[in-house]
Amino acid sequence: MSLSRREFLGAGTAAVAGTALAPGVRLIELAAARRPEDAVTAKQRWGLLIDTGKCSEGCTACVEACHEENGVTDHGKPLTDAQWIRKVEARDPQTGYAHSLPVMCLHCETPPCVDVCPTGASFRRVDGIVLVDKHICIGCRYCMMACPYKARSFIHENITDQKPDAPRGKGTVESCTLCVHKVDRGDGTTACAEACKEDGHQAIVFGDLNDSQSEIARRLKSESSVQLRADLNLNTGVRYQGL
Amino acid sequence: MTKIHYSTIDGRGLGFLALLGLFGAMILGGLGASYYMEHNGHIVTGMTNQIVWGTPHVFAVFLIVAASGALNVASIASVFGRAMYKPLGRLSGLLALTLLAGGLAVLVLDLGRPDRLIVAMTYYNFKSIFAWNIFLYVGFFGVVIVYLWFMMEHRFNRFSKQIGLFAFVWRLVLTTGTGSIFGFLVARHAYDAAIMAPMFIIMSFAFGLAIYLLVLMAAYRWTGRPLGDAVVTRLKNLLGVFVAAVLYFVMVYHLTNLYATQHHGIERFILLDGGVYTQVFWIGQILIGGIVPLLIFFTPLFGRSRFMTAVGASLVVAGGLAQVYTIIIAGQVFPMDLLPGMQVSSSFSDGQFAQYTPSLPELVLGVSGIGIALALTTFALKALPFLPDSLSDDLVDPHAASRAKAETAVEAEAAGA
Ligand code: SF4
Repeated sequence: MSLSRREFLGAGTAAVAGTALAPGVRLIELAAARRPEDAVTAKQRWGLLIDTGKCSEGCTACVEACHEENGVTDHGKPLTDAQWIRKVEARDPQTGYAHSLPVMCLHCETPPCVDVCPTGASFRRVDGIVLVDKHICIGCRYCMMACPYKARSFIHENITDQKPDAPRGKGTVESCTLCVHKVDRGDGTTACAEACKEDGHQAIVFGDLNDSQSEIARRLKSESSVQLRADLNLNTGVRYQGL
Repeated sequence: MTKIHYSTIDGRGLGFLALLGLFGAMILGGLGASYYMEHNGHIVTGMTNQIVWGTPHVFAVFLIVAASGALNVASIASVFGRAMYKPLGRLSGLLALTLLAGGLAVLVLDLGRPDRLIVAMTYYNFKSIFAWNIFLYVGFFGVVIVYLWFMMEHRFNRFSKQIGLFAFVWRLVLTTGTGSIFGFLVARHAYDAAIMAPMFIIMSFAFGLAIYLLVLMAAYRWTGRPLGDAVVTRLKNLLGVFVAAVLYFVMVYHLTNLYATQHHGIERFILLDGGVYTQVFWIGQILIGGIVPLLIFFTPLFGRSRFMTAVGASLVVAGGLAQVYTIIIAGQVFPMDLLPGMQVSSSFSDGQFAQYTPSLPELVLGVSGIGIALALTTFALKALPFLPDSLSDDLVDPHAASRAKAETAVEAEAAGA
């Protein structure tokens, strides 16, 4: 199914819903999983909160889980293989303090990749998830030039064994989808967050930034967090703690 | 002024066929390279997820920038009213079209999905400067074709000033658009400079005129038509001014960057310790593309030598490619700041200088853009009267001719004395 169609329907229904609802009226239920037949709405803003204090150096559980979930195969060529999520080891050269953090598409509110994409293949769903429509991506890679986080990968060779939920294609660009198929299914989590939890770190929390009852929103409100390259003013949906 | 007569080139001799054969081979090579890249994926190129735009983009951007610059000669005649440039206008318009076609072809053939060209033409995101450029390029073809038509059709000659002005403005916008492709890459240090757009305009002046001069001299030599010193010297001097202006802009660009501490890293990389990229900058861009041509153009020793003028113009082209290479490739090699102030490393080359070696298919594809431009030019010269029968001094600029005669007479006298 074409994501753009889904998004289109989503936007339309959201508009209808928006006019039907009195302003200020909040539907708490919407924060929970919506049914697949319901439209995507801007009531939600999906995101992640990553606590680098809990993330351990050398652990790649989230990376493996993501690539397994989405069928991102490793050809043993790190320069050309797609990497939807990667572990970055960071060290402060002044103090020597080191930490480790996963970096993926940060699902910006104003994504540079979406701004520059000539065909509109790069798009942002109203619920905050930034995606590539593989049907209209022409493979120009301008989005990769524009992304400050190097979140995107270009498919350099033939790929086999794709997962039905994550269609991919040689010659197009792709990146973390925030496990959109899981979100739409109502799983309430992503592969990376799940794996991190299973491994006992709980460094990644998935949730709805707009739902003040959600763990992610509560923690963002009460604890300090940062955006990567906050100077660029992109209002990322993925936030970090402990940096 | 004497009436200028234009005619098509003969185009039957062995030389003509050899020339077309050469350009044809370049084009076939490019198509083959593109097919090879699409069939196997970009894995067969030197491009990676770190260096996402490679050698094809260097050639494509160079040709597109040169295309708008090639139109300058026509603009000087119709917009700025310089009579001497008038007979040169048609070739100028033609080169603008063919160079743009060559550049765009390379860009399209390098796409991950060139088969989706129709998608690029039917789906637009109006926030994207790329999408705007598609309009600017297509519009440029239209405007220049009308411009050429008005230049060639006597009845419309009198409008050529208006359409010329329109085309001139269009080309400025177009080059700004091309330069802005980089201006929108906010996170990359190399492109974070307002001077990029005007620098692209002045680059286009130099690259376009260098190619114009080369094609003009080759066409007249190979068809045995007279080409006087007045034209060549004038164009050569103008090219010298443009080359100096490019050097000046490059200097200002780096000086302003040096002023901002956060850009010191990229400046060090380009100017001092970037290895091959530092060499491409100093030897390729500055020395070969700037200083040597200036010496050739303005030292009396070479001043009158056609051969040296051609060498100088070729060096400007080579230096131009080096300059675009520096902008596109070196700009990507230098790592982006993911966590400013921190040392970072990852499996995705974070914090590292990216590695890139141009591959053969990329090079062949890039060169094919030049082949496309030159093949189209050659065909057009045979099909339509673009070239004046003669550009001898007495036809183009009678005053200059008499001046030159007087000078020679003085010289002869001096020599005789
Ligand atoms: S590579 Fe695809 S998604 Fe990225 S800018 Fe180009 S068309 Fe858009």
